[in-house]
Amino acid sequence: MTFGIKAAGAYIPRLRLARRVIAEANGWLTPSLNAMAKGERAICNWDEDAVTLAVEAGRDALAGHDRGTLSSLHFASTTFPFIDRLNSGIVAQALGLPDTVSALDIAGSQRAATSALRNALDAGHDTLLVTAEHLRSKAASPGEMTSGDAAAALLIGDGDPIARLLGSASATTDFVDHYRSQDEPYDYQWEERWIRDAGYMKIVPPVIARCLEAAGIAASDVNHVCMASALPRVVDAVVKAAGLPATSIADSLHAGCGHAGAAHPLLMLAAALETAKPGERILVIGFGQGADALLFECTRAMPGHADHLGVRGHLTRRREETNYVKFLAFNEAIEIERGMRAEADKLTPLSALWRNRETATGFVGGRCQVCGTLQFPRSRICVSPNCNAVDSQVPHPFADAVGRVNSYTADRLTYSPDPPACYGMIQFDDGGRWMMDFTDVEADDLKVGMSMRMMFRIKDIDTQRGFRRYFWKAAPAVTSEGSA
Amino acid sequence: MPAGIRDKVAMLGMGCSKFGERWDADATDLMVEAYAEALTDAGIETKQIDAAWLATAIEEQHVGKSAVPLAVALRLPFIPVTRVENYCASGTEAFRGAVYAVASGAADIALALGVEKLKDTGYGGLPQRGRGTLNNMTWPNLSAPGLFAQLGAAYRAKHGSAPDDLKRAMAHISVKSHDNGSRNPKAHLRNRITIDTVLKAPMVAEPLGLYDCCGVSDGAACAIVTTPEIARSLGKHDLISIKALQIAVSNGLEAQHNSWDGSYFATTRIAARRAYQEAGIENPREEVSLIEVHDCFSVTELVTMEDLHISAEGRAIHDVLDGFYDADGTVPCQIDGGLKCFGHPIGASGLRMVYEMYLQMLGRAGDRQRKDLPRIGLTHNLGGFPHQNVCSIAVVGRHGE
Repeated sequence: MTFGIKAAGAYIPRLRLARRVIAEANGWLTPSLNAMAKGERAICNWDEDAVTLAVEAGRDALAGHDRGTLSSLHFASTTFPFIDRLNSGIVAQALGLPDTVSALDIAGSQRAATSALRNALDAGHDTLLVTAEHLRSKAASPGEMTSGDAAAALLIGDGDPIARLLGSASATTDFVDHYRSQDEPYDYQWEERWIRDAGYMKIVPPVIARCLEAAGIAASDVNHVCMASALPRVVDAVVKAAGLPATSIADSLHAGCGHAGAAHPLLMLAAALETAKPGERILVIGFGQGADALLFECTRAMPGHADHLGVRGHLTRRREETNYVKFLAFNEAIEIERGMRAEADKLTPLSALWRNRETATGFVGGRCQVCGTLQFPRSRICVSPNCNAVDSQVPHPFADAVGRVNSYTADRLTYSPDPPACYGMIQFDDGGRWMMDFTDVEADDLKVGMSMRMMFRIKDIDTQRGFRRYFWKAAPAVTSEGSA
Repeated sequence: MPAGIRDKVAMLGMGCSKFGERWDADATDLMVEAYAEALTDAGIETKQIDAAWLATAIEEQHVGKSAVPLAVALRLPFIPVTRVENYCASGTEAFRGAVYAVASGAADIALALGVEKLKDTGYGGLPQRGRGTLNNMTWPNLSAPGLFAQLGAAYRAKHGSAPDDLKRAMAHISVKSHDNGSRNPKAHLRNRITIDTVLKAPMVAEPLGLYDCCGVSDGAACAIVTTPEIARSLGKHDLISIKALQIAVSNGLEAQHNSWDGSYFATTRIAARRAYQEAGIENPREEVSLIEVHDCFSVTELVTMEDLHISAEGRAIHDVLDGFYDADGTVPCQIDGGLKCFGHPIGASGLRMVYEMYLQMLGRAGDRQRKDLPRIGLTHNLGGFPHQNVCSIAVVGRHGE
């Protein structure tokens, strides 16, 4: 048995905003944006946040793996929706992890995920590490151009890993290149040249050197460097200063996704693991008030799984959004008239949420032990007209079941942050059905009988109380073999 | 099968307010407007009423909870008064309470009144409100058109109907109802429309365009019922009696069990069969002379024709386009204009349907009077959504026939 990375997963939201759309909207104010207007960035749908991204990345990594043996869940992000509510607790419930799992939110730095990875590898527990960012930027800021919303997940533990750690090193110093305080939604950043010359160049190369020394590997033997910076020309300079091969710089994913903040090093690692050959070495760098460096050796090719899309699969699962104002509205960067229907009270009684956590967060229904009928939600009396047995149901998870559209609508009357509201009856082949929201779908594409995958999403945002509730929605099914 | 209530209870009087955007009226005014007409029609005084039922659904927007608002508005003399709510079928639920009270002998004369004041919402359409703590967690932020529209997708999938054929039949339904409503002074919408108008209207929820949806109105309707014997003793003849009253309520089967295909109303099929049995009707297509159905949306009316066992399964499109349900057709449907033109003040609608049957059978329907007085009339009042609903059916006819 060898300890290491057993699986890697990723999630990139389906919506992509072409950078030229941002430049066209804001170039009148900031002409320098025009020079950055190449490629596209991933943007969250209105019903996605760091928690929902993390759940999807976690499912991607866990495809084909047993969840029951996990002892720990780490969630790294700087954009947690909750400051005081365990965000990883929501992820654990949504993933149906055992309630004996230890869960930890790790925040506060752009290297939250690399530090979490070091800790998880040191601790030696079976750990799922998820990292996700839903980044908010001011309109016309460089961050709006360079950022991308995304998530990655690593399954760490004993077994037959796809990669093992050769060595690692860290440094910590209060170098404040940018910051975001509790009272502010947006970053405040200092001059880029200073960040590069006095920050990256002074801090990172020594950490790389210590990491390589600990691993006993020469810089020239590194095959893939997973390091990204939202700033230009930083990675090239660091790689050169550290003596790493120029050819080892991994794809920054800038063209199709954008820089996913603290999640980005692991997103690049997940991408590298998809193609790395056994024996190749992958160096992962995190930067933020110091630096982390971790050197891995790829031990075997990552096995495929129909439910695993990875970075490449998710880059393919895309739809271009061309409406800049819609992007601003999704990110609450504009005060938009939503109509009186939006005023409906979205109070979630927390006591009721707790009682119904398996139903609402886990999408767990019931299976009748008398007649075998699957049903959602789980209830005291079986729904089958030929059974109606009392207290006969055991929990049955629906989250990973593929459903089919039985009926559908595109509703232009009801309130939706992204009208028309698409919803309909989803029927599961093995039994069970529910009238539920659809997401990541266009009204014109809806058909009776189409396959739908369940996705964990924001159900409602309670603006009055700063709460959000989650539930599962149906999205067109995509597998690694293409559309289902 | 229980003996039922066939011919045990007769209409003594009925009333109906003018429906519409009644900016001039509170719910109380609408209640009194319907009640005053019913009381005059019945030829009795308030003190002769033994028990009363009030139907309202969105009470928080007008009268508030309980039956007290009815007792106060009508100054009922400290009699038993009950408020009922059963989604959009609330009106028939109140009617059932009053009819059953008389049939049981607990009351000699009973009153049912339904009212809704919807035009204090602030926007068009039904008020958007929560659906209960647990439902809010898992239901879509659904609307009535969004849910009823799904009948279209499922019906097309089941019967292989071309979208254009379905849409044309739905348009015919709305045009027909507007024709009828134009002849009814109490209707909210009294304009005639064309097929083209319906087909080109903005989409609300595919395949439902604006003209596939019923209006949203204020209104009230009222029935006073008694035994046939008492009715005669009060000088009434040509009695209209209740032949059947049936309600079927979804038990989660449609919403949770895959045996339902989404193209029809499971409740309506069951309630209709029970109602025909209670009324002694063997062949509804031949025996029912007039129907008022819950045409909240054109597609609802279309599939309901089949669920009532009047059109054969898969044949409603043809019957509709053949004019079978037109005012001069074999079995007119919505001869008063229906929900389409009356709008749907929720608590009032079921009683408004019975009111039209009553007028038609007594030959008091004015410009829209059916030449041969209808012998058997059926009202169908549906609350909820296709996948989870309350269906009530009332059959009325001439007493003793």
